Amino acid sequence: MSYTRTAKWLHWLVAVLIVANLGLGLTMVGMPGITPTKLRYFNWHKWVGVTVFGLVVLRTAWRLWHRPPALPDSMPRWERHAAAASHAALYVLMFALPLSGYFYSLAAGFPVVYLGLFPLPVLIEPDPALKEPLVALHHGLAWTMTALLLLHVGAALKHRFVDRDEVLQRMLWRSDR
Amino acid sequence: MSVRSLLFAAMLLFAAGGASAQPIDTARSAVSATFTQMGVPVEGKFKKVGGQVGYDPANPAAAQAKIDVEVASFDLGDAQYNREVQQKDWFDTARFPTATFVSTSVKAAGAGRLEVAGKLTVKGRSVDIKVPLSVRNDAGATVFDGSVPIRRLAFAIGQGEWKDTALLADEVLLRFHLVVNSAK
Repeated sequence: MSYTRTAKWLHWLVAVLIVANLGLGLTMVGMPGITPTKLRYFNWHKWVGVTVFGLVVLRTAWRLWHRPPALPDSMPRWERHAAAASHAALYVLMFALPLSGYFYSLAAGFPVVYLGLFPLPVLIEPDPALKEPLVALHHGLAWTMTALLLLHVGAALKHRFVDRDEVLQRMLWRSDR
Repeated sequence: MSVRSLLFAAMLLFAAGGASAQPIDTARSAVSATFTQMGVPVEGKFKKVGGQVGYDPANPAAAQAKIDVEVASFDLGDAQYNREVQQKDWFDTARFPTATFVSTSVKAAGAGRLEVAGKLTVKGRSVDIKVPLSVRNDAGATVFDGSVPIRRLAFAIGQGEWKDTALLADEVLLRFHLVVNSAK
C-alpha cells in the first residue's frame, strides 16, 4: 500500500519548501544590519511561506478525502499513537508557522505582496506592541517544527532500517514499481 | 486725502496682496514618504515639519509656501531602519539635515483645489515639482492635503547596491498634510 501520487507530490514539495525556508529564515535573522541581500531574503522567505500555506491547504483537503494507507500490524500501540500525535502536530505547525509570520509582518508594518506582484490581505494594522510577541511565537514555532521534522525523519529511517517495514516506502515512488 | 483714507487705502492694498505668511501648525502637520520595496509599500513619516504658508482664498495665485523638513526625524517604525536611512547612501542627514519645498507659483485648479509648483530640495539636490493640493477650512484653520510621486534617484536617495530599482522602486510617493492656523 502506498500514498496517492498527489499526496506524495504534495508531501515532498512541502517538505523541500519547509526545509529551505527554515534554512533561509535562520540565515536571514543572523545577518547584521540592513542590506539588499537581507531584504531579498526576507521577501523570499515570506513568498515561500505563503506558498507552503497554500499547498498545505490543498494537502489538508486531500488528506481529509483520502485515507492514508494502513500502518503495518507489527507496529506497537504506543508507536501508532506517537505517529498520529506527531503528524497532527506537524499539520498544526504547517498552518501556525506561516500564519504567525504573516501576522508578524503585518504588525511590523510590512504587508505581504506575493512574488512582489499580488498584495495579500492586510488583516491587522501595524502594531508595535504585537511585534515582539509575534516574532517570539514565530521563532518558537520554527524551532518546534525543526525538532518535529528531525523526529519525523528519524522515525522514517527507523521504520526503514530498524523495523524493516514498508512505512517509509509508502511515501516514495520506488514502491509503485 | 485725509490720514484716515490713506490708512484705509493701505489696508486695502495689504488685503489685496493678501497672503501674509503664517507658520504652519507643526503639531498637526505631517509629511510622509512611501517607498516600494519589492512591491511592498513602506511608509515613513517625517516627525518634524515646519515652515510658513501665505494663503488668501480670495487670491490663491498670490499664495506662497516654504516647508522645512528635518530629515533625521524620518520614522519608519523601526529603530534599526531609522538609523540606516540617516546614512550617507540614504539621506546623509549629517551633511543635509533639512529638506525644503519652496513654492514658485500657485494656481487655482477648481473649487478647493490648487496646483502648486515649486522647488523640492533633498540631500542638496533640487527638482522642480508640481503638487496638486486640496484646501479646506477646518474650524478657522486652513488645511492643505496633497501627494506627488517623486524619483528617489534624482535626489541620490539609496546609493550603491540600493540603486537597484527592482529592490526599491525609483518612484516614491510624498504626502503632505499641512495645517495653518488663521492669523490672530
